[in-house]
Amino acid sequence: MADPMKQFEVTPIVPIQVGALDLSFTNSALFMVLAIAGATAFLTLSMRGRALVPTRWQSVAEVMYEVIANMVRDNVGSGGRRYFPFIFTLFMFVLFANVLGMIPGSFTVTSHIIVTFALATFIFIAVTIIGIVRHGAHFLSLFFPPGAPWWTGIILIPVEIVSYLSRPVSLSVRLFANMTVGHVLLKVIAGFVALMGIFGIVPFLFLIPLTALELGIAVLQAYIFTILTCVYLHDALHLH
Amino acid sequence: MSERIREPRSPAPSEGAGDQAGDAAGLSDLDRRLRAARARQATGGRKPTSIAGGQEGMGAGLRIAVELLAAVMVGTGIGWALDIWLGTRPWLLIVFFVVGSAAGFLNVYRTAKELDERAKARKAAAKADGQESGRP
Repeated sequence: MADPMKQFEVTPIVPIQVGALDLSFTNSALFMVLAIAGATAFLTLSMRGRALVPTRWQSVAEVMYEVIANMVRDNVGSGGRRYFPFIFTLFMFVLFANVLGMIPGSFTVTSHIIVTFALATFIFIAVTIIGIVRHGAHFLSLFFPPGAPWWTGIILIPVEIVSYLSRPVSLSVRLFANMTVGHVLLKVIAGFVALMGIFGIVPFLFLIPLTALELGIAVLQAYIFTILTCVYLHDALHLH
Repeated sequence: MSERIREPRSPAPSEGAGDQAGDAAGLSDLDRRLRAARARQATGGRKPTSIAGGQEGMGAGLRIAVELLAAVMVGTGIGWALDIWLGTRPWLLIVFFVVGSAAGFLNVYRTAKELDERAKARKAAAKADGQESGRP
């Protein structure tokens, strides 16, 4: 059976070596570029007509815009409008990276923890800076629930700080785990199709709904990643 | 440049005056829909945004599991790093493992509460929608 983990291998396409640093343009980098190019091409081409009565492509683009606009309004609340461009970009990038990964033989950028962790860490640091800039020292009240007796702070403050620091980890692990597990499962079952000869029709039939499910998860995880970013942003702007 | 100015394409000017009544009706209809949309916007949110559908249950379970694990991992990691830094092995690891676990449960509690609120809001919205469409 083909190695189900082979699909996650990062291989250099254009080797670039700067001193001791390996800055090669890899298949991972290629698919990030493809995700950005795909999202940009999709949005610009579908909105080219700018028709009052949208074409099919334009409706899809408008639905995506509306879903994220509503998400920002409902989850971030007042003052969230300013961050819409970033959140929409984030959603489109993760969505295209996830969905492109569903094409057989392609590479799933988001199945690497370092990619999702870098994204999540960037969001975490940005949100923390926004919170500190807006509220100054008052931002620290995020770590102590209002109304609790002061001495409970000895326990509550470390717990709240660890809870806060766990955000980028849970955000990145969730996306990475979902994408990796799904792709491994698909590959393992696809391996059975080849192994079982004529009876391979059974795992093959199972593969069809599984692929549909994985496609759904690819979209859902992009959505969840974005909605949690909104929730964190809300906490920074409004302090609970 | 001149094309930009013309952008809001008006219907062909050859339409006769007989359509004016139709236009007026269309306008009042648009007016009514606009008002409805504005009212919806003012009440702050309509349906909670969700494309989750049937995978909601599995997604929620995974989310909660990850929340718990992440906090324990971060807590233990902090304890481990502080131990190496301060040379207090293994005490801070133990303390921060407990703190991390507590943070994990706090995360789970918050996530569950949030999911619950979301589900309730969706149910309420569905109910409101049902009443709205019930009207003639």
